[in-house]
Amino acid sequence: MAPILEVKGLSMDFGGLRALDQLDLDVEEEEIVALIGPNGAGKTTFFNCITGIYPPTEGDMLISPPGTKQKSLNGLKPNQVTERGLARTFQNIRLFPNMTVLENVMIGRHCRMSAGIAGAIFRGSSTVREEKEVVRDSYVILEKIGLTDFVNEFAMNLPYGAQRRLEIARAMATEPFLLLLDEPAAGMNLQETKELDDLIIWIRDNEKISILLIEHDMKLVMSLSDRIFVVDYGRKIAQGTPEEIKYNPAVIKAYLGEEIDA
Amino acid sequence: MFLTFPIMVIRVNTVEDVIEWRWLNLLIVGLGSFFLSFVWRYFIRKQETGKKKAQAGEIGNIPLSRRLLTEPKIYLPAIIVLSVFALVFPFIFSMYQTNIMITGLIYVMLGLGLNIVVGLAGLLDLGYVAFYAVGAYSYALLNHHFGLSFWAVLPIGAGMGAFFGIILGFPVLRLRGDYLAIVTLGFGEIIRLILENWNEFSFGPSGIANIPRPSLFGIQLSLQNATIYLYYLMILLVLFTIFVVERLQNSRIGRAWIALREDEVACEAMGIDRRKTKLTAFALGATWAGMAGVIFAAKTTFINPASFTIWESIIILCIVVLGGMGSILGVILGAFVLILLPEYLRVFSEYRMLIFGGMLVLMMVFRPGGIVSDVRRIYKFEGLQNNTEENL
Repeated sequence: MAPILEVKGLSMDFGGLRALDQLDLDVEEEEIVALIGPNGAGKTTFFNCITGIYPPTEGDMLISPPGTKQKSLNGLKPNQVTERGLARTFQNIRLFPNMTVLENVMIGRHCRMSAGIAGAIFRGSSTVREEKEVVRDSYVILEKIGLTDFVNEFAMNLPYGAQRRLEIARAMATEPFLLLLDEPAAGMNLQETKELDDLIIWIRDNEKISILLIEHDMKLVMSLSDRIFVVDYGRKIAQGTPEEIKYNPAVIKAYLGEEIDA
Repeated sequence: MFLTFPIMVIRVNTVEDVIEWRWLNLLIVGLGSFFLSFVWRYFIRKQETGKKKAQAGEIGNIPLSRRLLTEPKIYLPAIIVLSVFALVFPFIFSMYQTNIMITGLIYVMLGLGLNIVVGLAGLLDLGYVAFYAVGAYSYALLNHHFGLSFWAVLPIGAGMGAFFGIILGFPVLRLRGDYLAIVTLGFGEIIRLILENWNEFSFGPSGIANIPRPSLFGIQLSLQNATIYLYYLMILLVLFTIFVVERLQNSRIGRAWIALREDEVACEAMGIDRRKTKLTAFALGATWAGMAGVIFAAKTTFINPASFTIWESIIILCIVVLGGMGSILGVILGAFVLILLPEYLRVFSEYRMLIFGGMLVLMMVFRPGGIVSDVRRIYKFEGLQNNTEENL
């Protein structure tokens, strides 16, 4: 069976700068894959290419949601990518600050709803039903993530860790089969990181959502991931299980630099 | 005090060639500025303590406006009193007052329309008056050439507004913020200049006269009755507008608009089609301007391009910002304050615009969120809680 996400030879140029260079990556069903690398290695650019924010210079991005045929993501707009079942979070939190927590999650449901202008004005029975459903579904997602205490709170008033979790809740509301998390543990304390660890495992096991994450917290990456891809200067320098990566000389070199007398 | 010294105190009397020292003025300026700065500091301090309280998280301290809107005991009588007042208004007050009120109501409609574009979707539109002009000229021209009646043109005007909204929407899809504001500003001026210079089409700066007032089932009314009729018509249309806008902003589309305002990138990443959302915002906002334009033409019976200058756009934008972005009640209050105040300040003759400007500045310094800034959220809050409790 084809991997649910398969990226082949992805390159991205910004003017003369090659941010991504012939990158290959794949994610299997119900797998947690980590993408690591030093700052500026091109990890977020990789996410932006997959989710349609940047059009890649070359390469193929293919998805095959569980039980369907392989399809291309090339040339799709961000909202179309999300509709196909890829949802993401952002490195620097991008919630809707002046909307309530529940509304934030309801926005995630947007692409799974259908009410139009006429529906909104006349409020027919289908619209009313849909609105009730979206409120209930969103509430259920918040329950799963553990944010029900904040339902009617403005997103901007949430504690930092809760904002990160809300971003995940919002992404889950779009019914993805693959969740792309961009540094979900950034700025979190030990306790919050531990909770995040549990949450990600829980999402994989119970929601059957695969996860591709970018992370700098090595402890988290090593404990969570089934497989790890390491990039540096836009190139893949290693891939494998956490054990393999830990002792890979190329990875150590990229992170710590070369020993002088080596 | 010292800065105004040369102007206020020293005056050269050119007739007798002597210098007059008006020390009394110095005293007045001194006292005046002392008093003003005292009031200023008092409000600043009040605002700061308010902020501190909010930060400390005193939840029990609900602001007055919020309490007014959530307590049915308070707002029900208010609504009844207001509706009775609105009903009898044209019979107790003169026609002059009724006319002012009609103007006020037209601006309520315009404000609510622009509120969709600026307040909800966060697209700064400085050329909104163009759609108002489109509506007014649709009625004037269709009536002049084809003799179409007010009622026939009202939906056509709305449709024309929406159509032009989409025309403006397409080129500005990629723009936002300052750039968008400049393009819409240009669009507004283009429409006005076309109307001013294309004589064969729009009769140029001399405008179009003798536009009929709306008829009641085909009967032409006298001037006084027509005004009263128009007043009630406006009340109905404003109620209709409020109804539609309220429903829109608490719907799937309304939420998408607000998300677009809050964060465009995240909004797209959550599966919202940015193009479609922006275009619907422009089209629906312009629809109300088109309708308001038709009514304006019917009310004044004469239109020319001078009624649709950039100043009008600014006023409508002020209504939205002053009233409170995204809040229906705020926009209504804003419209009445901004339109009625200059009328009733006529007593102060030449100081009227000065007072008006000063009030705008003070409002924005002390209530940057507008008169009523948080109405929408409370409605939402209540509705959601009930829903979740019912369903879970």
